[in-house]
Amino acid sequence: MNASTVTATRETVSRHTRTFLDRHASLMPTFAAVLIFAVLLIGAQIHFGTFLTPLNMSALLLDNAYLVILAVGMTFVIVTGGIDLSVGSVMALTGIWCADLLASGHSAAVVVPLIILAGAAIGLLIGVLVQYFDVQPFIASLAGLFLARGLAFVVSLDSIRVENESVLWLQTTRWRLGEWYITPTGVLALSVALIGAFVMQFTRFGRTVYAVGGNEQSARLMGLDVARTKVAVYVISGVCAGLAGLVLTAYSGAGYPRNGIGTELDVIAAVVIGGTLLTGGTGYVLGSLIGVLVFGTIKTVISFMGAEQAWTRIIIGLMLLMFIVVQRAIVVRAERRR
Amino acid sequence: MHADIETPPAAVPTAEAVVEMRGITIRFPGVLALDQVDFSLRPGEVHALMGENGAGKSTLIKALTGVYAIDDGTIRVAGEDRVFGSTADAQSAGISTVYQEVNLCPNLSVGENVMLGHEPRGLRGIDWKATHREAARHLDSLGLHLDTRSLLSSHSIAVQQLVAISRATVLDARVLVLDEPTSSLDRDEVERLFAVVRGLRDQGVAILFVSHFLDQVYEISDRITVLRNGRLVGEHLAVDLPRSALVTQMVGRELVELEAISEIAERTIDRTGAPVLRASGVGKKGVLEPADVDVYDGEVVGIAGLLGSGRTELVRLLYGADRPDTGDVELNGSAARITSPRHAIRHRIAFSSENRRAEGILADLTVAENITIGIQARRGWHRRMRRAERDAVVKEYIEALGVRPADPNANAGNLSGGNQQKVLLARWLATAPELIILDEPTRGIDVGAKADIQRKVAELASQGLSVIFISSELEEVLRLAQRVVVMRDRRQLGVLESSAVDVQGLIDYMADGGEGSVA
Repeated sequence: MNASTVTATRETVSRHTRTFLDRHASLMPTFAAVLIFAVLLIGAQIHFGTFLTPLNMSALLLDNAYLVILAVGMTFVIVTGGIDLSVGSVMALTGIWCADLLASGHSAAVVVPLIILAGAAIGLLIGVLVQYFDVQPFIASLAGLFLARGLAFVVSLDSIRVENESVLWLQTTRWRLGEWYITPTGVLALSVALIGAFVMQFTRFGRTVYAVGGNEQSARLMGLDVARTKVAVYVISGVCAGLAGLVLTAYSGAGYPRNGIGTELDVIAAVVIGGTLLTGGTGYVLGSLIGVLVFGTIKTVISFMGAEQAWTRIIIGLMLLMFIVVQRAIVVRAERRR
Repeated sequence: MHADIETPPAAVPTAEAVVEMRGITIRFPGVLALDQVDFSLRPGEVHALMGENGAGKSTLIKALTGVYAIDDGTIRVAGEDRVFGSTADAQSAGISTVYQEVNLCPNLSVGENVMLGHEPRGLRGIDWKATHREAARHLDSLGLHLDTRSLLSSHSIAVQQLVAISRATVLDARVLVLDEPTSSLDRDEVERLFAVVRGLRDQGVAILFVSHFLDQVYEISDRITVLRNGRLVGEHLAVDLPRSALVTQMVGRELVELEAISEIAERTIDRTGAPVLRASGVGKKGVLEPADVDVYDGEVVGIAGLLGSGRTELVRLLYGADRPDTGDVELNGSAARITSPRHAIRHRIAFSSENRRAEGILADLTVAENITIGIQARRGWHRRMRRAERDAVVKEYIEALGVRPADPNANAGNLSGGNQQKVLLARWLATAPELIILDEPTRGIDVGAKADIQRKVAELASQGLSVIFISSELEEVLRLAQRVVVMRDRRQLGVLESSAVDVQGLIDYMADGGEGSVA
């Protein structure tokens, strides 16, 4: 190969890279999350020798099913440029109410739809506050956080055990493939993530979510239904929180009004690590799934090491910082190129 | 005014009009924004809507595009009475709008921006292949060959503007409203846009065009409607309306004022003493090559150059908004280091940004607060201004600059662009600067306000204020400035005496860097 063909090849390569970056700049943070997930798994495997086992990996999904569901709803909200701080409390409320209703003898077929509706109702309230009363999403969902937490304590001050079989079935059933297993809660979490990803990528509603996050004013002038979309994302997040309440109740075998304190922050962290920009307009539901798995893996690694779980938060905090800096750098680069 | 009693003007054949607006009236609190305005658009015609800021152009457009509800009057589109409750309503009636600021989503692909809300769908949701194919077809039909999967934000503003127009063709628009689409485009880009507009016109689309650039209006328009103070002044064929008549109709008074401004500006500057500002070799890597600027007492130094030539970058370095990495600055003969706007303000240098909305006006504060905030910043927060003192300063500047409405308690965000600019000028003048840097103070404002601002600048300079004046309108630069710094490609080409050069000469100089006739 002579010098000129080398240069030509290099140019072609760099042109292709540029085209790829022009098209998929928004995928980069999610790629980074996948990379980190892989590095974590491989690193842990090398260090402990027995990390990448079917049992361990199956447990990862089982332990974090409720987080996955919350993260899917949160992704919708954050992509519009909003935030939903209420999800941890709503999960606690629906969880304790679920346990309470079941304990007083109601059928799961009535209780489950009811608690999901309750989650949707709180989401609707937040959405209406944000859209029609022009309240900052932070404040509106903070109100939702207090409301739901308070209501959870009204339902019960103590934990309530769940003995309903169909709810416990969600957790105790193990569908096995060799040493791998998956629970109905895991299936539920994965289904929610897949449905969420489909809605975001392949429906006009989903694309409107991105458009609103990109430029709300433009979206309105383009004739898109911004108002309905903005309310809907909070309802979706509320529904997810309701579902998460059910899953967490099944997982822990009880409802507890103090569940999920601070979980909203874990969820936001996972979503950001998964590549969603807090400024809105960019992000992927499946990225958030990876974000949750990264979060869960760090927790597992910490407990494998026998260290304090406080380290999970410290590491997550550092990763968040790193991700936000990386995202900012990408945004700045995009602005410069214009 | 009742249209059915009075005979309509002869120049207005109504039968074939695709849009007929009759007796449109819109009231805002305390203001009659539109008063019984008639307006019609015919297919296959470019119709310019002209008027000063505050004349009601934007209001009329917003009535037509469903952003504002009308209080009185009728809108007929293709012979059917319509009431628009939202932009979506107007779009479904075939009316699309391309705004001054690109109203697309930067985070989505070009193709998606074209098709958003109209994507072809199959059983498995949006069919992305078909979506991009459709988008490419619409872009191709306007002569745009873009990678539809590339992000919108990776393209220039001009291309984005054209993408916005393609979107309008997807909606199968019968009426296309172009609200100042050219204000951030350069000449070639304007030509490209006009080629697209002509193509659409020939396909029978009715086009409503709004621009502050008279040249462009005459280049593209078949018909011109003039509004003033919310009323219809007249509708004319472009060929029947000389420029001077158009300007007179828009402003309602003759522009002898501009000549008076030239007279004030034509004076010799005493350059024997130390200059107020002397910057030598000021530059920053990747931003601006080292440049030399000096400004004397009572002098207006213009900076001429195209958008992106380094004009703004230069003054931002002088003001300390960005840090230069080379060069020395002398103020009144002694060396100074200006590394932040705070230093500059302390040295009595003021800077009014070209970005009025983002870096200038505080839209939620009142006119009075906007004016006095500069003084307050200079005094420090612990020395509050007395109320009487404040009121006196505010009153003085509102009168001196002719801010309308002359209400110190009006919300600055509700003022027209020209009046916001006057408020900003007042803010900086109130701090009693020695040197004021004005970056595009007349962009996007109406003819009357432009004249007011130029006159004020000329007067202040004749009283001893030093000014650095940036404008894309070379007439303005030459009218006001005694010397002109010419920039191109982030480099200083040279400094010209403005008395020795005319607009064409300046353009030539900008184009060939002084190697041609003028140097």
